[in-house]
Amino acid sequence: MLEKKIATRESYGEALASLGEKRKDIVVLDADLSSATKTNIFAEKFPERFFDMGIAEQDMLGTAAGFATCGKIPFASTFAVFAAGRAYDQIRNSICYPNLNVKICATHYGVNIGEDGATHQMLEDIGMMRVLPNMTVLSPSDDTQTKWMIEEICKKKGPVYVRLARMETPVIYDNNQTFQIGKTVQIGEGTGATIIATGVTVAEAIKAKEQLAEEGILVRVLDMYSLKPVDKEAIIRCAKETKRIITVEDHQIVGGLGSIVCEVLAEEYPCKVERMGINDCFGKSGKPEELMHAFKIDAEAIYQKIRE
Amino acid sequence: MKIENPEELRKIANKIRIHIIDQVYEAQSGHPGGSLSCADIMAVLYFNQMNIHEKEPEAPLRDRFVLSKGHCSPALYGTLVERGFLEEEQLKTFRKIDSNLQGHPDKNKVAGVDMTTGSLGQGLSVANGMALNSKLEHDGYRVYCLLGDGEIEEGQVWEAAMTAHKYKLDNLCAIVDYNHLQIDGNIEKVKALDNLEGKWKSFGFHVLTVDGHDIQSLIDAFTTAKLTKEKPTVIIAKTVKGKGVSFMENKPEWHGKAPNKEEYEKAIKELKGGLEEC
Repeated sequence: MLEKKIATRESYGEALASLGEKRKDIVVLDADLSSATKTNIFAEKFPERFFDMGIAEQDMLGTAAGFATCGKIPFASTFAVFAAGRAYDQIRNSICYPNLNVKICATHYGVNIGEDGATHQMLEDIGMMRVLPNMTVLSPSDDTQTKWMIEEICKKKGPVYVRLARMETPVIYDNNQTFQIGKTVQIGEGTGATIIATGVTVAEAIKAKEQLAEEGILVRVLDMYSLKPVDKEAIIRCAKETKRIITVEDHQIVGGLGSIVCEVLAEEYPCKVERMGINDCFGKSGKPEELMHAFKIDAEAIYQKIRE
Repeated sequence: MKIENPEELRKIANKIRIHIIDQVYEAQSGHPGGSLSCADIMAVLYFNQMNIHEKEPEAPLRDRFVLSKGHCSPALYGTLVERGFLEEEQLKTFRKIDSNLQGHPDKNKVAGVDMTTGSLGQGLSVANGMALNSKLEHDGYRVYCLLGDGEIEEGQVWEAAMTAHKYKLDNLCAIVDYNHLQIDGNIEKVKALDNLEGKWKSFGFHVLTVDGHDIQSLIDAFTTAKLTKEKPTVIIAKTVKGKGVSFMENKPEWHGKAPNKEEYEKAIKELKGGLEEC
């Protein structure tokens, strides 16, 4: 893990702008948030292929569907709460049911967005998006992975939901790291516990792992960037090889990563799962780090959980 | 295939109406009222206006049609049969298990269906996406979107109207099937549309109001729309819900109800009579 920090929304914006050069079939739509979702980088380079739809998310996703029927790869971006939440029916009926090639890249999920508070802290989107047939759900943890992911999803036909963070997080991977939709990255071989994390909590889990290692407690981290399809084999293997399974996510513990892991293990290898995340409540205003701490999804909370 | 003769088009509209009644009767479910009200519009679009090819339903430069009021699928399926996209035999499977003819149209199951619809209010945004693509690629194709009058109570329609205006989508033509009835009764009582022309005008549309059962007026309106530059057109087609079947006309209860045997025979007799008159 490097010192360098970058928010995955920023990596997304850069990746999209760089892809725009070679992929003329990409069009980008935003709902008046391009400076926050970072689609403005693409907009500056390719203004003719950028469409600002105004504060009208339902219309944006419908328009994206229309482009997709004509063979384009539309990337539609806004905050996660307005994409997965406000435009759920459009995503369901106009995108997933006809299996259209729309890439929904939603930023500003979770309590890590900070000061804007509960109305903007999307904590249910993994659950809402993964129950939709045809949908792929991805949640990158760092800059390297995000840049790979944005290029990769252009090659994959069908709807994709990508969850991107506002908060800056450390760069975890170098360019030699390989990724694959439906797979995970395992960091470390420790057998004391497996910390399964996704998005912003992966770096927190790695920090906790390193702190624990100094005390002789060896754990591993599983970066679950592909939430649907999910790497069942890795979950089962870790459950067999390690003493505890702990999930940690900036999302409700119902419907998201914790639920995914429970579903896999209940069917394939029943064992206890300890879920860390937002537990049936809304978020609140505060600094991102303060909120990650308050909701017990930071490195300190993970460290304490394993020390229990 | 382009049919200019209004009498011939009227005959086709009548055949579409017979297909509608056949499908809804055979399925014992479906939406006859709003399907009957738009049959003339469908006949003019598919036989006089749209550049489409039954042998190449996915032709990239074809005109597109989005049935935003997806529950009126019997009208679309009936039209596709008459236009040679669909086998008539298939109509018997409408709404039945394992049929391609789903209750609401599925683009992946029926050749000639350009968009999957059903959840009201979503079609105009999709049509905008198609029209924007046509502009972006200089493809020149036109996009038609048929909306129900009740449907435009959905807020997304007006978001889409603003988009069509912003991007000056003169290759887009929306049609409102203004039959004045929705499930709970008269539109003006449920959620007053009031000044419908004024609403669309203020959203930047070129507005044409016509008798939606007058074939020549429809042809003229679509032709005017094609010649209109720099702004989208909406055709407000004044129609009668249940048009062509006397006991269904202007009756909201026929929005989503199937006829029994006696009603079916009466309806078909009336429509076949209409066919002979042509």
